[in-house]
Amino acid sequence: MSTHSHAEGHLPHEPEKATLEGRNKVLGFWLFLGGETVLFGTLFSAFLALRHQVLDGPQPSELFKLSLVAAATAILLTSSLTSVFAIQALHNHNVKALINWLIVTVVLGLGFLGLEIYEFYHYVHEGHGFTTSAFSSSFYTLVGFHGAHVAFGIFWISSIIGQLMKKGLTVVTAPKVYVAGMYWHFIDVVWVFIFTVVYLMGKVV
Amino acid sequence: MAQGHAVKRYSGLMDWLTTVDHKKIGILYLIAGGFFFLVGGLEALLIRIQLWKPLNDFVSADTYNELITMHGTTMIFLAAMPMLFALMNAVVPLQIGARDVAFPFVNALGFWTFFFGAVLLNVSWFTSTGAPAAGWTAYAPLSGPAFSTGHGMDYYVLGLQIAGIGTLIGGINFLVTIINMRAPGMTFMRMPLFTWTSFITSALILFAFPALAVGLAALMFDRVFDANFFDPNNGGNAVLWEHIFWIFGHPEVYILILPAFGVISEVISTFSRKRLFGYSSMVFATILIGFLGFMVWAHHMFTTGLGPVANALFSIATMLIAVPTGIKIFNWIFTMWGGSIKFTSANLYAVGFIPTFVMGGVTGVMLAAAPADFQYHDTYFVVAHFHYVIVGGLILGIFSGLHYWWPKMFGRILNETLGKWTFWIFYIGFHLTFFIQHFLGLLGMPRRIWTYLDGLGFNEMNLISTIGAIMMGIGTIMFILNVVITNAKPQNAADDPWEDGRTLEWTIPSPPPEYNFKQTPLVRGYDAYWKEKMDGHKGMTPAEPIGSIHMPSPSILPFTMSLGLFITGFGLMYSRDWTFITEHIGFYVAGLGLLITFGSMFLRSVYDDHGFHIEPEELEDKGVKA
Amino acid sequence: MNRWQFFKRLAPLLALMVLVLSACGRADLSALNPQGPVAQEQFGLMKLAFSIMVGVVVIVFALCLFVIIRFRRRRGDKSIPKQVEGSHKLEIIWTVIPIILLIILGVPTVQTVFNLSKDHSNDPDAVKVIVTSHQYWWEFEYPELGIKTAQELVIPKGKTITIEAKTADVLHSFWVPSLAGKIDTNPGGSTNKMFFSAPKEGVYLGKCAELCGPSHGLMDFKVKSVDDASFDRWAAALQAPVAMPSDPVVAAAFESKCLVCHAVGDKGGPLYPNLTGIGSRDSVGGILINTDDPKYSNEGSTYDNLHRWIENPDDIKPGNLMGQIDLTQQELDGIAKYLSELTLDYEQ
Repeated sequence: MSTHSHAEGHLPHEPEKATLEGRNKVLGFWLFLGGETVLFGTLFSAFLALRHQVLDGPQPSELFKLSLVAAATAILLTSSLTSVFAIQALHNHNVKALINWLIVTVVLGLGFLGLEIYEFYHYVHEGHGFTTSAFSSSFYTLVGFHGAHVAFGIFWISSIIGQLMKKGLTVVTAPKVYVAGMYWHFIDVVWVFIFTVVYLMGKVV
Repeated sequence: MAQGHAVKRYSGLMDWLTTVDHKKIGILYLIAGGFFFLVGGLEALLIRIQLWKPLNDFVSADTYNELITMHGTTMIFLAAMPMLFALMNAVVPLQIGARDVAFPFVNALGFWTFFFGAVLLNVSWFTSTGAPAAGWTAYAPLSGPAFSTGHGMDYYVLGLQIAGIGTLIGGINFLVTIINMRAPGMTFMRMPLFTWTSFITSALILFAFPALAVGLAALMFDRVFDANFFDPNNGGNAVLWEHIFWIFGHPEVYILILPAFGVISEVISTFSRKRLFGYSSMVFATILIGFLGFMVWAHHMFTTGLGPVANALFSIATMLIAVPTGIKIFNWIFTMWGGSIKFTSANLYAVGFIPTFVMGGVTGVMLAAAPADFQYHDTYFVVAHFHYVIVGGLILGIFSGLHYWWPKMFGRILNETLGKWTFWIFYIGFHLTFFIQHFLGLLGMPRRIWTYLDGLGFNEMNLISTIGAIMMGIGTIMFILNVVITNAKPQNAADDPWEDGRTLEWTIPSPPPEYNFKQTPLVRGYDAYWKEKMDGHKGMTPAEPIGSIHMPSPSILPFTMSLGLFITGFGLMYSRDWTFITEHIGFYVAGLGLLITFGSMFLRSVYDDHGFHIEPEELEDKGVKA
Repeated sequence: MNRWQFFKRLAPLLALMVLVLSACGRADLSALNPQGPVAQEQFGLMKLAFSIMVGVVVIVFALCLFVIIRFRRRRGDKSIPKQVEGSHKLEIIWTVIPIILLIILGVPTVQTVFNLSKDHSNDPDAVKVIVTSHQYWWEFEYPELGIKTAQELVIPKGKTITIEAKTADVLHSFWVPSLAGKIDTNPGGSTNKMFFSAPKEGVYLGKCAELCGPSHGLMDFKVKSVDDASFDRWAAALQAPVAMPSDPVVAAAFESKCLVCHAVGDKGGPLYPNLTGIGSRDSVGGILINTDDPKYSNEGSTYDNLHRWIENPDDIKPGNLMGQIDLTQQELDGIAKYLSELTLDYEQ
């Protein structure tokens, strides 16, 4: 159970679950994501309750540019795929590939975030500010909470990349990588819902 | 392994600020929760003094609303929750035979965020605009920027937000602890009922608190950043707040009461020298109550105008909760049936709990009938009902648990004579205060009123209620006296001071060493220790040889992370007022706070905690001392 | 010893309960003393629930008492009782019986929910009233009659009154305990509907039941049930023109300082309580009770009450929006006198 019993190079197949600490971390994170689901669920409910209260602001159907959002979606979905490759590299104990895939994931995340910032900037110029209406407040809160999660994920994974470079892949760093991968998938799933509920429904109804 | 011993061990104040030991964190929770219980109790007394006669002006109308808001908020979030966490921290790891919780660091972080959130909320009393005054339910638009213009509600949203983070991560810690850290043989269906109820409560926390977090964030955006969530003039929806608040708020009621059910189950079983009657149905009832708790939030909103279909459905769903609760009541009574009941202070509270809680329960079913609730809603009938459940249920449960586990936590048994006197004074005072309030409500007295007119027939009953409240105050002071007196006595409690202990916590010294179990015990059945006793064994069979024990290092980071959030809260709420040095200085302060928090988080991530080891030789030394 | 203390605790409470239940409170205020069919139906449900619950409480208390007396530990008793795991038979009993009790309560509950949610707004005989709550007063508009009044809801006895409830500011809740349960007044254009009727003539006390600010507890109003003819006379009188104060100084002050917010007859602004007929209302500000035989500190003659209110409204209802009006002593006395004589003669 001690973290010291596994010297580097003798990693078990699933190093993230080799120690009790690692197993705790993974389970705790699953539970945390359960709480996050409620968090976003509540944000979605608030958005759905308020999304028709546009007042003097622009209608969602004229506001949203689906091509831009679709590009952001594609980038984020791809980053989810690259994080899967990173976890595969983790299971193969291939530190170099792991670090590279994580870097790709972070870069894609940055791309997504850049597009989102541009999108928000654009909306504000169209007269869709945070305080314009109940619709705009709930829109920015929901999408912004997601954006903040992406930003946090970028910092987090970057710090993990640094740790991997310095300490290598151990039973201490492996659970961190694994858990960050879970987090990234979760953010991705939330985005799929945002894309559907906010953007597609905004275009249709 | 050498570096393990190099870990700095602190002493004195620094020890408490940096501790990651769940037993010490439990004591911290108890001190903080106990302190806020006194604050909330003082607020309650001021409320009752204001109401002792008609047309009283002991406090102003504004102050009165601050008092009721802070009384409710303090008692629920800052007194009841932490005192439950105190018991959970002190007992759950011991009951499952664990050396530690799953996340000692996160556990400490949970305490400190709760603590700083609680302090932030109460700082509002000392500001020029006073404490929050829109009720603990903070219904919009009264709680919004248009009608609560001072900073009181800002303290409410930010203080509760920070304290709520602490509760949430504390809940996750206990879930993982109970799932992953059980001793060999401790299957789910052998877990003591207090552990079970703590488990379900933690699950409810996990799924309920994020909803509150969103509600508070939205209200904070409305107040600080001019958002329009709950502002009807800009398309916002005030009823949305009610939904969000109660979808959190109703599970919160069960978050509070379930651990009390657990305490009562342990205490009654121990002092009846009898196995808990219907253990598996108790577990099932707990799970069912937790599940149904999420389906009934709209019964707080029968008069909101949700329509007959919703009202009918939520009426029936609410009534259903009576079934599993009834199962529990009868199981407790039948645990005592045929037993050998010893009336210690702890058991007095537990036995006193049963009829009191039944009364709170039946008024709950009465309230569930929506058309009748049109009459009860927001009257003193409701006030009586929820105090029967929360004081008569939860607080009696906590007192019972404190008397029961005090020797385990502190190594000293609380004075029994004083304890019994305290019980009777508190108990009689409680019924005097709240029984009468049912009738005040039915006779037409709404709740949350600053004063009432003369000649309406409310005078005598309010006077009786105030006298009862003073008795409860005296009872509480007597309890504190008991704590002080006991603290001066030698630390001499036996491992199993009640002599009828049934569960694992009674197999180890009182108070336990920091590693809890020298050897992890092997659990051979429900009521593990009792089973060994009945089989003629002195203690548990160890599941492992004596070996070196790995412990986590203390850390100041939980404290600094929470301090950062505290600073952020301040910056955000004064972002409009503070214009010295530069505009929006508040936002820079908030940024600084976040920097401290995330900086600490970063440090925690980058520097691995190798912990330290306690070697077998040291274990022997400590064994002698204990 | 314990059981005696238990009895001693219980006895006065039971005595008190009997006392209180036999009294049932004031007929114009108590939910236990219903004066109209809606409150009556709700009271019926309350009685049913109460009887079932008393049964439950008595059984549990009796069991509890028996167990703690019969099975208390004798001094020095070291015996180990039989460890019972449970009993399926018993557990089924105390699962099924509560379910049966809940069905007995649940069916009438659902029936009453739908009964009381009926929409009577298209009933030609019903009197329609739009209730608008304000911090801290009530506005009553009769859209069919084209009249508005404040603080005192005058209704024809026996007729169904349909209420459309809304608010001008924060959440309030409209409650007349002896006539009907409450309904919230929601902001943002959504109106809640309810109905009630008062078969007997009389004045019923109404209250705000949702925390709405410092003076929430003082936000009382009256429902006055009168016969049909009186109601018609009242509605007509409310629309008649009203003479201004005879003293020109008082009249000038009244017009420049009062009528900017308040309406009297066909003059003045609609923002704050309509003062037409204020002299014949039962109270000033909902809480200063008008009576020639004052017993309590919130009672006084109509003139005294008006004088007290105008002199310092914030003292009576903290946080109300009227604020202190700058008046000379002569103006204050004159306006109070004028308003106290502003009566509507409609009751015979």
